[in-house]
Amino acid sequence: MKTQPATVFQTSMRFGLIGGGAAVLFSLVGMVEVFGQRTIIGGVVSMGQAFVAIAMLLSAYAAARQLSSVSSSAMLTAGGLTGVTVGALLAALVLLGTSINIRDVFVSASPPLFELLSFGQSPVPGMLLLLVAGMTMGLAAAALLFLSPAMRSTAISVLLAVGVVGLLADLLRIIISQWAYVAPLVEWVFSGKGLSVPGALAIAAVVIGLDVLANRRRNKAHNLAALPATALQKRMRTGALMALLLVLPLLLGTYVSEVLDQVGLYVLMGLGLNVVVGFAGLLDLGYVGFFAIGAYVMGMLTSPELGLASLSWWSALPIAVGVTVLAGMLLGVPVLNMRGDYLAIVTLGFGEIIRLLALSDALRPWTGGSQGIQLIAKPVVGTVVLDDQLKLYYLILAGCLLAGFISSRLRDSRLGRAWMAMREDEDVAQAIGINLVATKLLAFSVGAAFGGLSGAIFAAKLGAIYPNSFGLLISINVLALLIIGGMGSIRGVIVGALVLVGLPELLREFAEFRLLVYGALLVMMMLYRPQGLWPEEARKLEAHGDGDNSNGDQTAAIPA
Amino acid sequence: MRKNSLGRLTITDVVMFAVGLGLAGVIVAGSAATLSSGKYTLAQWQDLFIFGLAQGSIYALIALGYTLVYGVLRMINFAHSEVFMSGPYTAYFFARYMFNIGFLQAYPVAGLLIVSAISMLTSMAIALTVERIAYRPLRKAPRLVPLITAIGASFFLQYTFRGLYGSGIDRYPELAILKGSISVLGVRVLVTQALVIVAAAVFMGLLYAFVMLSKTGKAMRAVSEDKETAQLMGIDVDRIITTTFALGGALAGAAGVLYALIFGQVQFYMGFVPGIKAFTAAVLGGIGNVPGAMVGGLFLGVFESVGPSLFLDGLGIPAPNQLKDAIAFTMLVFVLIFRPSGILGERLATKKA
Repeated sequence: MKTQPATVFQTSMRFGLIGGGAAVLFSLVGMVEVFGQRTIIGGVVSMGQAFVAIAMLLSAYAAARQLSSVSSSAMLTAGGLTGVTVGALLAALVLLGTSINIRDVFVSASPPLFELLSFGQSPVPGMLLLLVAGMTMGLAAAALLFLSPAMRSTAISVLLAVGVVGLLADLLRIIISQWAYVAPLVEWVFSGKGLSVPGALAIAAVVIGLDVLANRRRNKAHNLAALPATALQKRMRTGALMALLLVLPLLLGTYVSEVLDQVGLYVLMGLGLNVVVGFAGLLDLGYVGFFAIGAYVMGMLTSPELGLASLSWWSALPIAVGVTVLAGMLLGVPVLNMRGDYLAIVTLGFGEIIRLLALSDALRPWTGGSQGIQLIAKPVVGTVVLDDQLKLYYLILAGCLLAGFISSRLRDSRLGRAWMAMREDEDVAQAIGINLVATKLLAFSVGAAFGGLSGAIFAAKLGAIYPNSFGLLISINVLALLIIGGMGSIRGVIVGALVLVGLPELLREFAEFRLLVYGALLVMMMLYRPQGLWPEEARKLEAHGDGDNSNGDQTAAIPA
Repeated sequence: MRKNSLGRLTITDVVMFAVGLGLAGVIVAGSAATLSSGKYTLAQWQDLFIFGLAQGSIYALIALGYTLVYGVLRMINFAHSEVFMSGPYTAYFFARYMFNIGFLQAYPVAGLLIVSAISMLTSMAIALTVERIAYRPLRKAPRLVPLITAIGASFFLQYTFRGLYGSGIDRYPELAILKGSISVLGVRVLVTQALVIVAAAVFMGLLYAFVMLSKTGKAMRAVSEDKETAQLMGIDVDRIITTTFALGGALAGAAGVLYALIFGQVQFYMGFVPGIKAFTAAVLGGIGNVPGAMVGGLFLGVFESVGPSLFLDGLGIPAPNQLKDAIAFTMLVFVLIFRPSGILGERLATKKA
């Protein structure tokens, strides 16, 4: 793109301003302050400071890498200069915030933020410290580039591991103290709300050790051709995974079970939307509508409150799923002719119409209006009522496994191939004899069925539903997890749900910034990794097979 | 799906036709019932109509942004509703400051102009940033890709503004000169509504003149006709796209201030509903078509304002105004189904572009 190599100064300024802008934005939207209370290493570093440090590290790293062809001194200078620029922008923010009152406008520009940014010092030494910190981080980032790739990846893993364990310290503490043998470890590894210093060092040592071992094994295996896993190995792996899934909530306690339930419901919805968007390439933004219909039909049929019917959960389930499938077909018919963005908008309209209808007084006798529906039946298996997170977990797990099995069989079936052909090119698909009407409607109805099942379980889980639980944000959440995981990828759905639903549940402070981060993630994924975090093998090949330019990546990974 | 254009009738077409006929019947029956019941007076209908007109002119201004961008890029700028929100929300702080020091009361016209200018500039800046970061690198990517980044950008902006300015509702200062009502041809019109309608008309006129008469406007039309050929004719396509986003952003900023004048409040979520309505308006008028967006906006505004009382009331539906938004969405869906070309446009929804 550039005709002349940019100078060291230009490069550092550019990356410094980008990184600094990001850091200032993090601060002003309140992320730094809110996460400032989340300690990673007790008394040393908090998540809020880590955000600032990450902005410095990443921008300096990018700046230094761009100059890696020039000279090592240029890299170091650029790294340092970029870091200082980021620090300077933050220092300017501190100066502005402490000298005049900008809190009237920017609600998050509070004294604690500036205290945090200036390391608890008074403004002037704090600002100097920021510059020094920027320089150190920048130099460190540039120095990372001098390490051998193996050592660099070890260093990054150590930072990540300490960060993640520190962040989840609260939770890990509760979990570990349940296991009698290792409980004494808790006091040693954790301090306050984060890790203790020896704890952090211990984790670093463990990660380094594991990394060295892994490297040695990899070197050894390097000489042998990688053999494909045998059927037995595959079966054993599946068995082990199943066993793990079965005992997981027992090991981790109630809170994590609740989180896993949520993740499971989103996996179900994600699998459904995956059929529509990932397999068939029909961008549906009103997917929450099917979730709502499933939940509402379940509510109407089982709640004695409305006096419509009081079936048991299991006998209402087929009706709920059936109605959702019907709704999927009905909504599918009018949009048969539409493509791309029009389809997205119309389905978004459908989703909103369903919510508005549920909310309106006009349908109050059936949907309860804004009061929603209470007293929804719980599923009963034998004599056990599935009424807590742990028991529902198994129901949701069964649902996910069923949906996953159906999806994977469908993917490899004739219908699945028809969907994918349609995704790649509708006209060609029609020309080779695919019945577009039937294929599209089947995609909508299979997708709707999974959504309806998820809704039915959701209704039973909460025991009460309200129209406002079915907003557009759910559709966006599901779409985001699909894109993060990799569209069309079944395992991607699971990864996406764990990352986008599981992590925020574990990090309560995150809830406030959830959609901000989702939005940024959607844009960044499309820019840098359109095939998702864990795409299917075939798509990976498609994405990397044709040419090495990044444009080729994008064209192959996402259907038109 | 090409069957339709070949003139063959499918079952789907018949079913859809029946549904459309039924819907039209319901609307006519409802309207007749309401009108014969005489529940509303003529003055009430006039009020509803004028309010609809004011709201519709705001929709029209926002719709122009969708339409302009669609014209040159063939993409729906989902983040446009946040472009609309960012302007008046930022300008609010200036308005409040000017109100507190008494400037806004002393020089209301100058004050309002300053507020509008700030709002337009902010919206323009946001529109340009979004284009630069989220759309330009992906211009050659498949259609779904920029659509997804647009959705992402929309949420990112919404919640960034929530983080910056807080999640509460902020009330725009009230101005004495905007209170009361005037009489136009014997019809009572609130001053705010009159101002909104006139200002929107001026902006629309300016834009139309710009697109039709200026050299840049001509280039814009050329780019929307055929990008490659326009480039061969020596038009800097990137610059034209930037100009288009800037124009759309400025109009959205202006619409935002007018919206804030009518409803008196701003918040981070204010863009979503007007945004989707304006999109409906753009589709209604034929997306990519400048006069179409204006007509569509006005039509939707009036339909939405008069509609619930007109035909839902007559059908005995309680609290019809709750279904106002549902009406707009339903209309969007039906327009896309029955006449995707809109009132003034060509058939585009099924085109691959």
